[in-house]
Amino acid sequence: MDALEVRDLKKVYRNDVVALRGVNLRVEEGDFFALLGPNGAGKSTLIGIVSSLVNATSGEAKVFGISVQKDRSRAMAEIGLVPQEVNFNQFEKPFDIVVNQAGYYGVPRRVARERAERYLKKLSLWDKAFGPSRQLSGGMKRRLMIARAMVHQPNLLILDEPTAGVDIEIRRSMWRFISEINEAGTTVILTTHYLEEAENLCRNVAIIDHGDIIENTSVKTLLGKLQVETFVLDLREPIDTLPEVDGIEIVRRDASTLEASIPKSRSLNRLFRVLEEQGVEVISMRNKANRLEELFMRLVGIDEEAA
Amino acid sequence: MTTEVSAHSYWIGYKTILIKEVTRILRIWPQTLIPPVITMSLYFVIFGSIIGRRVGEMGGIDYMEFIVPGLIMLSVITNSYGNITSSFFGAKFGKHIEELLISPLPPWIILAGYVSGALFRALGVGVLVWLVAGFFSGFFMHNALVTVSILILTAVVFAFGGFINAVYAQKFDDIAIIPTFVLQPMTYLGGVFFSVGLLPGLWEQVAMGNPILYMVNALRYGMLGISDVPLGLAYVMVVGFAFLLGTLSLWLLKRGVGLRA
Repeated sequence: MDALEVRDLKKVYRNDVVALRGVNLRVEEGDFFALLGPNGAGKSTLIGIVSSLVNATSGEAKVFGISVQKDRSRAMAEIGLVPQEVNFNQFEKPFDIVVNQAGYYGVPRRVARERAERYLKKLSLWDKAFGPSRQLSGGMKRRLMIARAMVHQPNLLILDEPTAGVDIEIRRSMWRFISEINEAGTTVILTTHYLEEAENLCRNVAIIDHGDIIENTSVKTLLGKLQVETFVLDLREPIDTLPEVDGIEIVRRDASTLEASIPKSRSLNRLFRVLEEQGVEVISMRNKANRLEELFMRLVGIDEEAA
Repeated sequence: MTTEVSAHSYWIGYKTILIKEVTRILRIWPQTLIPPVITMSLYFVIFGSIIGRRVGEMGGIDYMEFIVPGLIMLSVITNSYGNITSSFFGAKFGKHIEELLISPLPPWIILAGYVSGALFRALGVGVLVWLVAGFFSGFFMHNALVTVSILILTAVVFAFGGFINAVYAQKFDDIAIIPTFVLQPMTYLGGVFFSVGLLPGLWEQVAMGNPILYMVNALRYGMLGISDVPLGLAYVMVVGFAFLLGTLSLWLLKRGVGLRA
């Protein structure tokens, strides 16, 4: 069964802004799915419709076969949502926020308290559980929203940019936690601006742009479409003449840094052989950008220089 | 495997909203419970003890006793309305209303939870004011059933009214306009401090168009056994308003007016 099925979903806001132009999308049960797109592409509107915060103009969204439009209550019982913006009462204690959320889903108070303790501990928030939530840091607030979304143990967890503005250590611990949830059977849909996050975590991906899904495939297949990869080479000494290698485009970034764009059909060994012959010594090498990021920018037509 | 929603899960959801509301009211008790008690004490001292002595009797009743039902009703109306506007609009403004909007709870449960919270505060304040009144004029009760039922129905009417105000409000000023410019004048002119029969002909007829007059008089009947209006008409009016405003509130919440994009 599909965890999410979206059919011909359209949304036109009152100010005539067309946010979705007939989106079709399927997310399989148990998947770890990335929904990518530039700002204003329609990601949040799509999530809003699925979570019933936004009314669709036409079309239908089904969660585990239950229509959000026709049977909202049952569909919502399946979903846990971590929104982009902080949306809990900052005058309440984290423990109360999580326990109350469980109550809205019909979880008895005693069970809710046990679960709140478990999730707050798992997300390293237990020592802050009974203090004012407004005093939590940005990363803690995001973790609190994850605990809140998980407390009724949803079958589908939707995370709208959960790690935005979070430092790398906390981001990694959040990745671990979300991966564990997915491994335990919960379907996860993630929107993110950190494309390495999507590349590392997700199995399938959809790219949305101007209200249309322009790509929907597995991360592996998508990365396979990357015909050319660009590497940045740091040289030990500055060079005057640009080395020439057949079939590889080399440009100078500065006197001692080169960028080499290499088609997948070509071997890196050949590049290094030629550089060695020409007495160019490479001291380090890295991808110019995350591979998925390169593809993403190409697909949505973002000019690299402008970006 | 899909998750089940049932009447029992809705009941837990309703209780959760109510517990949250009651906790909020009790947490900020210096803002929610104490001010009406102080205000009403001042009314009793000034209008009851000082001015009331010169007035003597109204409708055959000692003036201090006469104003007690009206002042209780004034507290119930303002607290019921004020509680739901501040709580619901606060949740909307702080976006935590989304916690409820994405939950499986149907609109009528959400509305019932907020209205029950307003009822808790309104009746709580009503009891406190009644205790203060008892200190000044003693305790009296003509018909407990009428007293309690009219208080509950009135609190429900104004909770629905406050809810509608909160749905349409865009900023905090918007939830202060109706209580200041509509509710308070209507309550003062609704026979809290005087018998409507004292008004000159035209003004008496104008006053009879004020629904709060019926609520105040029904409570006055319940507590003192006197009323300027027929009790049955008062009930028809209050039940009618409860039905109309309740239906509108539910429709607004179901459509997501001001809440869902």
